[in-house]
Amino acid sequence: MKKRLSLLFSLMLVLSVFLAACGGFNKKESAGEKAGGEKKADVPQELRVNINTEPFSLHPGLANDSTSGTVLRQTFEGLTVIKNGKPKLAAAESYDVSDDLTTYTFKLRDAKWTNGDPVTAQDFEYAWKWALDPKNQSQYAYQLYYIKNGQAFNEGKAKAEDVGVKALDEKTLQVTLENPTPYFLELTAFYTYYPVNSKIAQKNPNWYKNAGPDYTSNGPFKMVTWEHNNKIVLEKNETYWDAKNVKLTKISMSMVNDPNTELSMFNNGELDWAGSPTGYLPTDALPQLKQEGKLHVQPIAGTYWLKFNTEKAPFNNVNIRKALTYAIDRKAIVENITKGEQVPAMAAVPPTMFPENKEGYFKDNDVEKAKEYLKKGLEELGLKDVKQLPPITYSFNTNEAHAKIAQAIQDMWKKNLGIEVKLENAEWNVYIDKLHSGDYQVGRMGWLGDFNDPINFLELFRDKKGGNNDTNWENPKYKQLLIDSQKEKDPEKRKQMLKDAETILMDELPVAPIYFYTNTWVQKDNLKGVEVSGLGDVQFKWAYFE
Amino acid sequence: MLRYISRRLLSILLSLFLIITATFFLMRAAPGGPFSGEKKLPPEIEKNLNEYYGLDRPWYNQYFDYLVSIAKWDFGPSFKYKGQTVNDLINDGFPVSFFLGMESLLLAVSLGILLGVIAALNHNKWQDYGAMIFAVLGISVPSFIMASLLQYVLAIKLGLFPVARWESLQHTVLPALALAATPMAFIARLTRSSMLEVLSNDYIRTAKAKGLSKGQITVKHAIRNALLPVVTYLGPLSAAVLTGSFVIEKIFGIPGLGSQFVLSISNRDYTTIMGVTVFYSILLLFSVLLVDIAYGLIDPRIKLAGGKKGE
Amino acid sequence: MQQFPKEMFQPASVDLSEAEKISKPSLSFWKDVSIRFRKNKLAMFGLILLVLLVFMAIFGPHMTKYDYSTNDLMNTNKPPSAEHWFGTDDLGRDIFTRTWYGARISLFIGLAAALIDLFIGVLWGGIAGFRGGKTDDIMMRIADILWAVPYLLLVILLMVVLGQGLGTMILAMTITGWINMARIVRGQVLQLKSQEYVLAAQTLGASTSRIMFKHLIPNAMGPILVTLTLSIPSAIFTEAFLSYLGLGVPQPLASWGTMASEGVQALQYYPWRLFFPATFICLTIFAFNVVGDGLRDALDPRLRK
Repeated sequence: MKKRLSLLFSLMLVLSVFLAACGGFNKKESAGEKAGGEKKADVPQELRVNINTEPFSLHPGLANDSTSGTVLRQTFEGLTVIKNGKPKLAAAESYDVSDDLTTYTFKLRDAKWTNGDPVTAQDFEYAWKWALDPKNQSQYAYQLYYIKNGQAFNEGKAKAEDVGVKALDEKTLQVTLENPTPYFLELTAFYTYYPVNSKIAQKNPNWYKNAGPDYTSNGPFKMVTWEHNNKIVLEKNETYWDAKNVKLTKISMSMVNDPNTELSMFNNGELDWAGSPTGYLPTDALPQLKQEGKLHVQPIAGTYWLKFNTEKAPFNNVNIRKALTYAIDRKAIVENITKGEQVPAMAAVPPTMFPENKEGYFKDNDVEKAKEYLKKGLEELGLKDVKQLPPITYSFNTNEAHAKIAQAIQDMWKKNLGIEVKLENAEWNVYIDKLHSGDYQVGRMGWLGDFNDPINFLELFRDKKGGNNDTNWENPKYKQLLIDSQKEKDPEKRKQMLKDAETILMDELPVAPIYFYTNTWVQKDNLKGVEVSGLGDVQFKWAYFE
Repeated sequence: MLRYISRRLLSILLSLFLIITATFFLMRAAPGGPFSGEKKLPPEIEKNLNEYYGLDRPWYNQYFDYLVSIAKWDFGPSFKYKGQTVNDLINDGFPVSFFLGMESLLLAVSLGILLGVIAALNHNKWQDYGAMIFAVLGISVPSFIMASLLQYVLAIKLGLFPVARWESLQHTVLPALALAATPMAFIARLTRSSMLEVLSNDYIRTAKAKGLSKGQITVKHAIRNALLPVVTYLGPLSAAVLTGSFVIEKIFGIPGLGSQFVLSISNRDYTTIMGVTVFYSILLLFSVLLVDIAYGLIDPRIKLAGGKKGE
Repeated sequence: MQQFPKEMFQPASVDLSEAEKISKPSLSFWKDVSIRFRKNKLAMFGLILLVLLVFMAIFGPHMTKYDYSTNDLMNTNKPPSAEHWFGTDDLGRDIFTRTWYGARISLFIGLAAALIDLFIGVLWGGIAGFRGGKTDDIMMRIADILWAVPYLLLVILLMVVLGQGLGTMILAMTITGWINMARIVRGQVLQLKSQEYVLAAQTLGASTSRIMFKHLIPNAMGPILVTLTLSIPSAIFTEAFLSYLGLGVPQPLASWGTMASEGVQALQYYPWRLFFPATFICLTIFAFNVVGDGLRDALDPRLRK
């Protein structure tokens, strides 16, 4: 008996040696909140949200994911900020544009970093060049390719001095662009365009790795705690130029990566917000939440579509692609499967950018037309009936929602057209590899806009070998329209060019759009002023509890 | 004994080397890379990244570099979390998994042995059935269902515990319970069956004949011998439990190493996969060694001295 | 004191054939096992349960007019009713049909995996334990290495190379599943082989395989059977876990694991989607456990009365 006990203990002892070897144990337990006393009389202005996962990086130049974006959007501020769907001046006080739309001159307002240093034009110049510098491995450097020589510098073909961003003085920033970019002010609200405190960054290259005195930011909140993979705590930034309009005193961001747990925490009062854009709601909960009137829904700039590999039979035939596209009952899918009031998509560009796209270019679930096209397609391929079609495989990345949609579409094609389709799922990394290398027939994909312009969606299909095309489709007229639109100064004419391009796309259908994404969430009733943009970004600067 | 242990340590080193090698090549054989995102990177950027992380060099260079840096206990930077090293991830995540694992291991071992002994001593009586039905329930519910049910009933419906997260001792209760359920049931069943076997042995009968009390027989003779299979099970179990459970950590939002590891595999975070594998392997290999030593201590009939045995 | 005359005594008739007569009916080992097993009510209950489950797995899917994969988007998430006995799932598929269809797959995976585990595990563990020394060392180290290589990495790679399917699933299950069995068997053999009867057999010149299969394995049958009955549920569990990660059987196939892992997401809203697959997982595992226990008791010669 004694031996047995001593055995158990020795087992634990040896294991605890490992523990000692790899660092303290106390960190996680004791370093909890130090917030303490809640104000009883007032409503505490403390917001608790869930951000799912650890952000990739909280360096604006390195961040490349929506989680990092969510945090950075609260702690940093760019030249502009998106409010009510439009760019608004933020760190910049005013700006000038040259007649050819390629030179922007920004005047900065008087603002301070969290450590009291002034925010200068040099900070912007430093940050942008830092992100473009190939030795810093920024995966999102290409967001800055609009700037003159940005791409060349990033690819090692130009020097830092050649890059079109220059601090004329402390408060004046001049930006020269590669091409006229009608949506440049939207871009400057994006996190890759945020400034970085150059004084700190030059002194301490590791400033961004943890919270601490060197983690300085210029936004409405400052980061006080960052427990990796566990939580981030932000507090109101008192040195912020617009601090008087910031009412929240604290934002706690937990990292719980399970939609059911997230919603349960909300129901249990452990969170003030559950769901998009910071997290997710479980699909099965949506009908009930809707019924109880708790569900908030907002359309965002994203399209869920099926890509056809147009070089593989039978998808090299446009009529077959049309038949398959028309034979999908999108309404049934959004109402019964995705359930988040997504909008059936019969166009490529989301209605947040082209409002008329709610209608789209063709009719949803048009089985009659689909059958006609199928007949035509079969004739062109020299086949007598559907049974002679080569075997078709529908691929998707492993995920319950995608699997559901795949099964529904499989069923629809079978019922409506008599086409048998095999389903094949693969883990994300495997799947994306296959898609990018053209090793698929039909595959699902979603696309979310980075900034508020239709070009986001249309330029995907400009070049056959463009990294995200995947369909091997190319059309010279389409390509020319996009290239011309880049140089067009008149916004109306430009829009028409893009619409024309979309018409071509929706006629040839290298992709079959399924639905436009929405954000769905629940929030505390007394929480007001949270700004969720059409891109699905969240800004807590103006949020408060009543 | 010393010779035996040093020999085993050597073989652990060899095993470790083989594990690293196998993992390295498996990892590289899996399609997809650490930079496969929703949006494909421009080729120049990807090339630059591959150069930076040394992924463009021949495999043998990468492989030997890995070996050297692992020998220095430096697992390199994480691909998934910029600015964090794999050592950071382990140092942050393992203590959490370890604490949780310890809590549930204690629960599992103490309750499991207790249940098993009670059941065996009351063979075919109601205590036996009661304990075994309890144990069977523990094994027959998959952990993700168990965790969700516990969370639903105890946290959401009854409000006894917080739903999730890792903040205080209270937060640890539900995940520890969920984690302990299955091993507890296993231990209870193993204890019971080997207890029954031991109780039918001659030396127990001898002990009874000598007039020893039931308690003395149970404690001095039966339990000690009945625990062998339990000890065998304890090695892999403790390693498995202490390294953290993906399911439990995910459902309860716990920042442990278990979920980190699973994510690193789907993210193809090469350095993290390697680092955590090495770390886990060391834990596992040592726990197996400990079990073998424990065997020798508990059952004097087994000789460890090794080499040529069996006369 | 009374005197007994000699005449009162008669020599008892000593019939030698009587003395050798066995009063207990002669039973073969397996007959004895089956009698003792049948006396165990709980075990019999488990056996009947298993038979019922297998029966339903065979005939259940044909008892309704529904097919396991056909969608009915107008009737999603309907609670159990006369139309759909177990309700419908989120694609409007009949859960009753899917449950029994899933039973086939889950039971098949469980059984196949457990048998393969048993075969490899007993062989591996038996040889390692019996031979001891270098052989033991090498064999157990190989098991350790396989055990330590990240399991998911193996599974993902398998899925990529072989494609997701039933066969891959079983392979994924057994690729490390046998190790536990091998460890248990080895432990038992180590313990048993230094016992007198093995020594005796060795002295009498019995061959290694004879000692293994006639002496060691039968005596280790108890723990082996217990481990076996546990490795069926553990295979069903692993299947559920892989399904939870999305690495389960490909859609639209149903297994209890995939059904439960989908159902658990709906626990708070459509509990029947979890309830049915989860209940049958529990019942199956319960049944295997009590049957295993019953077998263990029945097989153990020392528990013979």
